[in-house]
Amino acid sequence: MIKAENLSKHYGALKAVDGISFAVKKGEVLGFLGPNGAGKTTTMKLLTGFLAPTTGKITIDGNDISENLKKAQKKIGYLPEGAPLYEEMTPRGFLKFIGAARGLEGRAFLKAFDQVVKNVGLESVLDQRVETLSKGYRSRLGLAQALLHDPEILILDEPTDGLDPNQKHKIRGLIQSLSKNKVIIISTHNLEEVESICSRAIIIHQGKIVADGTPHELKTKSRYYNAVLIRGPVSGHKKLAAALEKLAAISGVEVTREGQSATLAVLAAGNKPPVGEIQKQLAKSRWPVEEISVDPGRLEDVFRTLTTTAEEAA
Amino acid sequence: MAGWMAIFKRELFSYFATPVALVFMVVFLVLSGAFTFYLGDFFLRDQADLQSFFIYHPWLFLFLIPAISMRLWAEDRRSGTFELLLTLPVSTFAVVFGKFLAAWIFIGLTLAMTFPIWITVNYLGAPDNGVILAGYLASFLMAGSYLSIGAALSALTRNQIIAFVGTAAICFLFMASGLPLVQNLFFGWAPEALVSLVASFSFLGHFNSILKGVIEGRDLLFFISLIAFWLFVNYLIVNLKREAG
Repeated sequence: MIKAENLSKHYGALKAVDGISFAVKKGEVLGFLGPNGAGKTTTMKLLTGFLAPTTGKITIDGNDISENLKKAQKKIGYLPEGAPLYEEMTPRGFLKFIGAARGLEGRAFLKAFDQVVKNVGLESVLDQRVETLSKGYRSRLGLAQALLHDPEILILDEPTDGLDPNQKHKIRGLIQSLSKNKVIIISTHNLEEVESICSRAIIIHQGKIVADGTPHELKTKSRYYNAVLIRGPVSGHKKLAAALEKLAAISGVEVTREGQSATLAVLAAGNKPPVGEIQKQLAKSRWPVEEISVDPGRLEDVFRTLTTTAEEAA
Repeated sequence: MAGWMAIFKRELFSYFATPVALVFMVVFLVLSGAFTFYLGDFFLRDQADLQSFFIYHPWLFLFLIPAISMRLWAEDRRSGTFELLLTLPVSTFAVVFGKFLAAWIFIGLTLAMTFPIWITVNYLGAPDNGVILAGYLASFLMAGSYLSIGAALSALTRNQIIAFVGTAAICFLFMASGLPLVQNLFFGWAPEALVSLVASFSFLGHFNSILKGVIEGRDLLFFISLIAFWLFVNYLIVNLKREAG
């Protein structure tokens, strides 16, 4: 288990990370979300011991990492932002170097090497120079480097950045398959990724945690949570919207038009979708409904609400 | 300190994986040859020794060593591998030492490539091979001193040109501190103790005394402690730079 307590990193007057606390257990995949410059990368640099915190501490299984940093770093696999690699090396040579630096040699290394190469799918490029590799392979090599010693804790800074949807899918599958007996922390600004692989998400804004929960819990904070979406023809939608807005169970109606159809997002005032009220109203209005569904809540909406400052919104 | 070997091997390999090794070795061999035969009058001296070969090394190194050292840290900081290195379970000092040693051994290999001139002088006459060996040692220690200064400066700035020029300038001051050029700056106003202190830091003074074939403890100690000092400075700078991001 890795735990951060009241962690801060200040650069002069700038508070890159400002008093954040969290704990991640084995089996959890924690997603760090936040706009650029929110402090995600700095937090990861603190967790891996690259930077020393200004205040607060990080413990792994109860041991303060600053007391024996190298011992802590043995337990951590880290993919820094942008997957930095040595361009003049081959993946084979690069992994050999990482293995040697981590004390993996001989048989133990070969076993780990074969396993990781198979897992991330590097077989076909093992003896090609890194500088000739595509972005997808570079990311995979970065991941392989972090996974080589089968670490207890895996910290990945934007592991799927710059990959195509197929590659993203593969990497996510890999991360998920690893998650059973590891602590995994990833940072991303891809919300879809959080929904698909993270068991928990933390949203950081201006160095502070503004939300912490499962992706589902976060989505319930969205104003679209439990909203009923009704699609039908343009004609008559205004009348229906006006009628719906008057009902007590409904906090508002938002209309989006697309060609000849209009979609009404009927926002719930309570914590249940106002289906009954809508049904009655629809029967009265005889508006020919084409599609009806309940919105599970939108992470993007929550993200934007929590990370937009007053001056940015204006 | 464990792990320095991995760093050392990787760094040494990287010289040979790029054209750096080839270009450096060829330029060094051509220039040292040219200096020995044209400026040094190797044949006219009619002496079976390699004084005219070694005597130009401090000057050659003045611009060749900064060319090697300038990328030592700058490249890692540019590409982000700096972060990778410092989050491996290898101590920062081990990384500093591994990098330095790889560059030093690489230069040592380049020096060893000049063996034909040693064969030549043995073919032409009967030189004192002990003195020649001392010459190689002097040259190697000199290179290591320049390199330790260059490595520290490379960690200080991402800009490789600044690292190059800065290293060349500092190395020149150290090298020439026994020459009138630098000594005259201190004569007249500075106490005599300071003048001789400055002179005692002269690379050339210690270099020349080893070159004569007299390997004295204080000359060796001078170079070794100088290298150790700059490696420590290098270590401090690396820690400073990682915090600065």
